[in-house]
Amino acid sequence: MTPRPALDVPAILKEAGLTALVMLGLTVGLVGFRIPDGIGASALETRFGAVAMACGLAFAGRIALILLREKRPRRVLFASTAYAVVVALAQAAPVLFSPAATERWITLRPFDSAVVNGMTVVLAAAFALRAAWMEWRHRRFPGIKERDKAMDAMGARVQRATHFFGPALLLVAVILPFLPMVDRRLLDIAVLVVTYIMLGWGLNIVVGLAGLLDLGYVAFYAVGAYSFALLAINFDLGFWICLPLAGMLAATAGILLGFPVLRLRGDYLAIVTLGFGEIIRIILLNWYQFTGGPDGISGIPKPTFFGLEFKRSASDGGETFHQFFDLTYSPVDKIVFIYYVILGLALITNSFSLRIRKLPVGRAWEALREDEIACRSLGINATNTKLTAFAIGAMFGGIAGSFFATRQGFISPESFTFIESAVILAIVVLGGFGSQIGVVIAAILLIGLPEIFRELQDFRMLTFGGAMVLIMVWRPAGLLAHRTPSIRLSDRGGEP
Amino acid sequence: MTDACTHPQTPLLHVEHLTMRFGGLVAADDVSFKAQDRKITAIIGPNGAGKTTLFNCLTGFYAPTSGRLELNHPTRGECLLERMEGHRIARDAGVARTFQNIRLFARMTVLENLIVAQHNRLMRASGFSFLGLLGFKRYVDAETQAVELARYWLDRIGLTERADWEAGNLPYGDQRRLEVARAMCTEPVLLCLDEPAAGLNPRESADLNRLLTFIRDEHSIGLLLIEHDMSVVMGISDHIVVLDYGRKIADGTPRAVRNDPAVIRAYLGDENDEENDNAMPPKVTADPKGGDV
Repeated sequence: MTPRPALDVPAILKEAGLTALVMLGLTVGLVGFRIPDGIGASALETRFGAVAMACGLAFAGRIALILLREKRPRRVLFASTAYAVVVALAQAAPVLFSPAATERWITLRPFDSAVVNGMTVVLAAAFALRAAWMEWRHRRFPGIKERDKAMDAMGARVQRATHFFGPALLLVAVILPFLPMVDRRLLDIAVLVVTYIMLGWGLNIVVGLAGLLDLGYVAFYAVGAYSFALLAINFDLGFWICLPLAGMLAATAGILLGFPVLRLRGDYLAIVTLGFGEIIRIILLNWYQFTGGPDGISGIPKPTFFGLEFKRSASDGGETFHQFFDLTYSPVDKIVFIYYVILGLALITNSFSLRIRKLPVGRAWEALREDEIACRSLGINATNTKLTAFAIGAMFGGIAGSFFATRQGFISPESFTFIESAVILAIVVLGGFGSQIGVVIAAILLIGLPEIFRELQDFRMLTFGGAMVLIMVWRPAGLLAHRTPSIRLSDRGGEP
Repeated sequence: MTDACTHPQTPLLHVEHLTMRFGGLVAADDVSFKAQDRKITAIIGPNGAGKTTLFNCLTGFYAPTSGRLELNHPTRGECLLERMEGHRIARDAGVARTFQNIRLFARMTVLENLIVAQHNRLMRASGFSFLGLLGFKRYVDAETQAVELARYWLDRIGLTERADWEAGNLPYGDQRRLEVARAMCTEPVLLCLDEPAAGLNPRESADLNRLLTFIRDEHSIGLLLIEHDMSVVMGISDHIVVLDYGRKIADGTPRAVRNDPAVIRAYLGDENDEENDNAMPPKVTADPKGGDV
């Protein structure tokens, strides 16, 4: 290791002291005094111990940050790990130790509130992780470039493995409803996950291929859902007729949005699409006569299997699925059918995006993402190319939306809030822009796991946010961002 | 074709009274010149003389304040470039360009760069993607043809071996040549090169000269060239236009321009004219200014 300049201890102490001072200013009023609850309590309670503790921790935390900045992770690693472990044990003492030991452990708790203690533990753990990563990276790799290369190589390996892994995954997806451990709840989660996979694949066309950051994708999902619901209820059309119509209406919405925002890029585009998403939701909420406003639309017809209904008894004139095939009625049949419908739709989306990447328009999208000016100089009509990306992405969003409507049987504007857009975008970003298998993995991680571990849902958004921050710091292009060329000159070709 | 294109005439490009104002700044002031088929026309001048502005007007990135830019396409007739949108100039009038700071599609492969350049033909062949999606033979054939054209240019610029590399990973000189090849894949009648030799070493510069003369002689198109490297300018150009402060100050063969007193004054400065003391001497090679577009 190369010799490093000595640390400027006074400067560090000064900086940390300032941080502690700021902390003092922030906490002395808010934490230091407390008016006790209840009647009869008169005196103001003071909690200067907590204030001192907060300032001390801010001081130590600042020093840890400085040391990390100066690339000296070892001490930070030890100190923050020790802190995290001790405080976590102190917090968990009543469960872990005998009452006598607990007495002693509890004195080690920095604050009275378990939440605050937990937060400091999480912060210390984050420091420790960062320090550990830095230390490990020092040993393994000389720099960021090498790390990126290694991650790229991993992405490439996963991409290659997809050739074998993909069909296996598909097989699992196809036989999933008949696996012995799959119950109704798991099947419901699978339907949800596949819906998000489809949405992710649809958004991937816009964000991953064309490079247009769309924060309002849920608008098209909403347009699709409401188109389906309104068409089905007002005109008595069936699911399979409404599906393409809803897709087309959503695509039209995509073009309508596309026109005004064509000249915008990056952040500006993101903001306008965000606004568009909200506009659609607010229109749905306020146009009471048309959309039912906050009441939503209920009684949306369920999909039918070539006209056969999935009900216990047929509505007049019809026949049900179980009657036709002479089966005993089972409510799971309907879910299995719904699962296959969304699986089919998702697979269509997937094969469509894989194919279109190899067509001129797909290549033009990618070229547009790389350099719009160069595209113009090559005679590519940037306007139309962007509009097609918007329209096609919106179409798949709309189709997924009509599926959502028919599955739920009830829709209201509440289902189409910004958080939905954020989740879909997170799936695309986490999986890696433009990576189809990445979307699948990310959707399982972000939708499937939280659904399965519902008990821990208090920590859902926390882990969600934490994961996103980690991804942005370490792998801004996404987990599996590896671009496979759309065409090769030679079979052996590739990077050295 | 469109209403902007009618009967053919010579010369290939006729710029008449081109003026481009940015507020109070006159970047191009009443510039007129002609560029011929099968000839390399160089546009030179000190920094800020309006060369890139002229290019941006020609290729539709700026709409000129006034003037007429007439291109005589051998098959499509006369096109008025100042009335056409940016992408239509490349698509319908057959004017291709390269950029001062290379603008390749860095994360796409070398081959993909050349295929994207053939977008419009492939788009028609794929029936605007509908037939292509269904795997029609017509599109498959068109794509094979596009790959053949790309391979031809890859052979010319010596990048066949590295066709599947990401373009951004190529050495600088190769990127320059690839950009020229990409512009040629649009099958233009006029190729505009904005400082193609900037940042090249002498050997790469000589390679580029060979490529440009090859394009002129074998593909019989016109080349328009902005260049600071006088070895390139004097070595290969057939005709030179000199700009200074947005005005044309000389126009002629390399020999005539070299001896023109106005040109010498613009580059070396006048004894009485202190403002021009910092101007470029003609022997400077690469110009490290960061250009727009």
